[in-house]
Amino acid sequence: MLVYTIRRVVGAIPTILIVVTLAFFMMRIAPGGPFDRGRPMDPTVLANLDATFGFDEPLWRQYLIYLVNLAQGDMGPSFIYRDQRVAEIIGSGLPVSMLLGGLALTLAVLLGPTLGSLAALRQNSISDYAVSSVATFGITIPNFVAAPILSLVFGVMLGWLPAQGWGDWRQLILPIVALSLPFVAIIARLTRGAMIEALRSDHVRTARAYGLPAHTVVLKHALRAAFLPVAGYLGPAAASLLTGSIVIEQVFNLPGIGRHFVQGAINRDYTLVMGTVVVIAVFVVLFNLMVDLLYSVLDPRVRYD
Amino acid sequence: MRPSFLTVFAVLTFCCGTAFAETLSRGLPNNVEALDPHRAQLSSDADVLRDLFEGLVVHDAQANVIPGVATEWVVSEDGTLYTFTLREDSRWSNGDPITSEDFVYSFRRLMDPATAATVPDLFFPILNSEAVNGGELPVEELGVRAPDATTLEIELQAPTPYFLDLLTFMAALPVHRPSVEEFGNAFVRPENMVTNGAYTLVENVVNQGVVLEKSETFHAADSVDVETVEYISFEDAATCVRGFEAGEVMTCADLPPEDTKRLQAEYGDAVRITPSMRAHSIVFNLDSETLQDSEVRRALSMAIDREFLAEEIFAGTMVPNYKLVVPGVNNYPTGSPDVDYESMSLLDREDLAMEIMADRGFSTDTPVTLQLAYYERDNERSFVTAIADMWAPLGVELELIVRDLSAHYSHLAETSDYDFARVSWIADYPDPQNFLYQHLSSTIAWNYANYRNAEFDALMDQAARTSDLSKRSQLLQDAEGLLLRDLPFAPVMISAQTELVSPRIEGWEDNSLSVNPSRFIRLTDG
Repeated sequence: MLVYTIRRVVGAIPTILIVVTLAFFMMRIAPGGPFDRGRPMDPTVLANLDATFGFDEPLWRQYLIYLVNLAQGDMGPSFIYRDQRVAEIIGSGLPVSMLLGGLALTLAVLLGPTLGSLAALRQNSISDYAVSSVATFGITIPNFVAAPILSLVFGVMLGWLPAQGWGDWRQLILPIVALSLPFVAIIARLTRGAMIEALRSDHVRTARAYGLPAHTVVLKHALRAAFLPVAGYLGPAAASLLTGSIVIEQVFNLPGIGRHFVQGAINRDYTLVMGTVVVIAVFVVLFNLMVDLLYSVLDPRVRYD
Repeated sequence: MRPSFLTVFAVLTFCCGTAFAETLSRGLPNNVEALDPHRAQLSSDADVLRDLFEGLVVHDAQANVIPGVATEWVVSEDGTLYTFTLREDSRWSNGDPITSEDFVYSFRRLMDPATAATVPDLFFPILNSEAVNGGELPVEELGVRAPDATTLEIELQAPTPYFLDLLTFMAALPVHRPSVEEFGNAFVRPENMVTNGAYTLVENVVNQGVVLEKSETFHAADSVDVETVEYISFEDAATCVRGFEAGEVMTCADLPPEDTKRLQAEYGDAVRITPSMRAHSIVFNLDSETLQDSEVRRALSMAIDREFLAEEIFAGTMVPNYKLVVPGVNNYPTGSPDVDYESMSLLDREDLAMEIMADRGFSTDTPVTLQLAYYERDNERSFVTAIADMWAPLGVELELIVRDLSAHYSHLAETSDYDFARVSWIADYPDPQNFLYQHLSSTIAWNYANYRNAEFDALMDQAARTSDLSKRSQLLQDAEGLLLRDLPFAPVMISAQTELVSPRIEGWEDNSLSVNPSRFIRLTDG
């Protein structure tokens, strides 16, 4: 397994390189630049900015310089946040996004399978319909609708929780609920389907025939099998949750990195966008690897040797 | 994920961001991008820097120019030499005295090509500044001198009646030389930053905001009421409004137009609507065949129902405009010339416009298709669609081309393949010259209409060399008259700054520059 892990990590480097290359050139193909912001730049001033940020070099050289710097861990200066380097900006935003995403993920992983299993065990009962309705609701109502409504109802109208902002644990509750809602819903549905299938499978029937107690059958044999599709979904879900959500961060005004990705692209803050792309790419690769490793734990048929 | 992991992050991220009872929390419509006065650019940056630093002259609560570090100044007869006397009790927040050398250093840093400042061109009126910024002269040649510790001389290229207005701009703020030299770009970090204004920097987090604390070394500290100022960045104005309604934020700016009427009904006087210095217009590209005829341009401008756009599309957050220079600028006693069709009824205007167009063979049966380039923003699509509707009876069919803001302006600067373009212009300083100089033949990059008029150039040149204010005003009025005759673009409306200001706040005076220094604000229990 160790050899496999090392092989996967080494194998991820070309993947990330391709992502970085594509992102670099796609950013540059987009018309406009970081200094086209409505107020036109004086040519002398623009020349100084271009020289400072190396825009006067040919594009392929800028690319090589970026790669060499990136390899040394330097993501360059931000073109918009002139006081800061991209690493500092990501360093201040990533913990926020990870804390939010981590808590939302935890909530989704605890709540999703529980609701899904409940529904599967009492198939076609009231509780099944209730879970299914809630799940459908959670999947179909987009974040940009759910989040402002939560903020409006619990923050402005009822005044139970802060409507926006960052700095106090109470300000975490609404964003986490809004963030985890669709994930809870999807996981509940995945678990329900897989659980129904697992309960009908041969190994669960065998376990029952042996006369094992019901909770052992469900928790040890059925749920383990039912968790497989959830695990497959969790990799990309975790990567996207932990790297921030533009909608949630904007609606609740949270200083995470999700906003940098979109705002950076609009501002043509090339290095900041590249930095967030690198972070997201690393997270996706990492979590997919973790899921693959998790598979071998959950499913005895999967072995990496 | 293990709990210990989370705990670490929780501790890391929740250490800061304290809020006291007597904190003034101000919602900003943008992120604070930079706190280096020479590299900052946005109005959000300007708001924060105004509290942190004090320039030679500053704005009071009504945005009048009042003494700052300079207590008095003398302008030479020909208007090109300003001699400032600095106050002797001025101190940096670390206790260092502020001398004229600090200003010499700061202006040199602003113009030094290595600084790559964002808007040094505003100060190109200073002698030799353009050459210094272009790397042709050493910074020592800049026309800023310090004969002694409390005297500062600034020599200008030509008389510049708005020079004092310019000095209130953030690029003219002084920076603390020892900390810039010691920390480089990191001199703006809270632990390093030395300022000379009413406040000092406590915290600065991208996407979140800035926390300031009253400075005890400020010469007028006794008159400063608010101890802590928290600036919160809101990219989404609706979020700020929710924060305001939940009592978490005391001010919001750039309110969502669709929500303004409701807020007015609910909060009354807390909603402030003040005409600003941002003018909105539609450029007529004079290289476009159809638009070369000035009567066609006149007809198109006439047919725009500005009242409808301002009231219906922008819900009263815009003011109809027919002129180039917006009301409320300084140094313009003559005011803008009259526009003959402004007083005509809309129906008459439309009839006249249709007549003009019909004479040239354009009608609904024989329309011409022209392109209008615009940018993505809140109500822009409705705005340009309404324009297309207003021009359709004249025989002009609009093809609408949308880009994002950055792509739009770079497209306008680099190409000329549009017939019309949507632009807005926010004044850098409240002087008529700032609304007219884009149309000089010598301005290539942002003369989007490709306007060339030697007569206009000559008037502007003459105005630039005239130190007598009323003569200059007459020249500028004549120049504006030429533009209103030739119409390189149609003025449409002026933005109104919309703000929510808590009734607890006293001393927040509405003004067209949206300048509200925290040092003049008092918090009441109201």
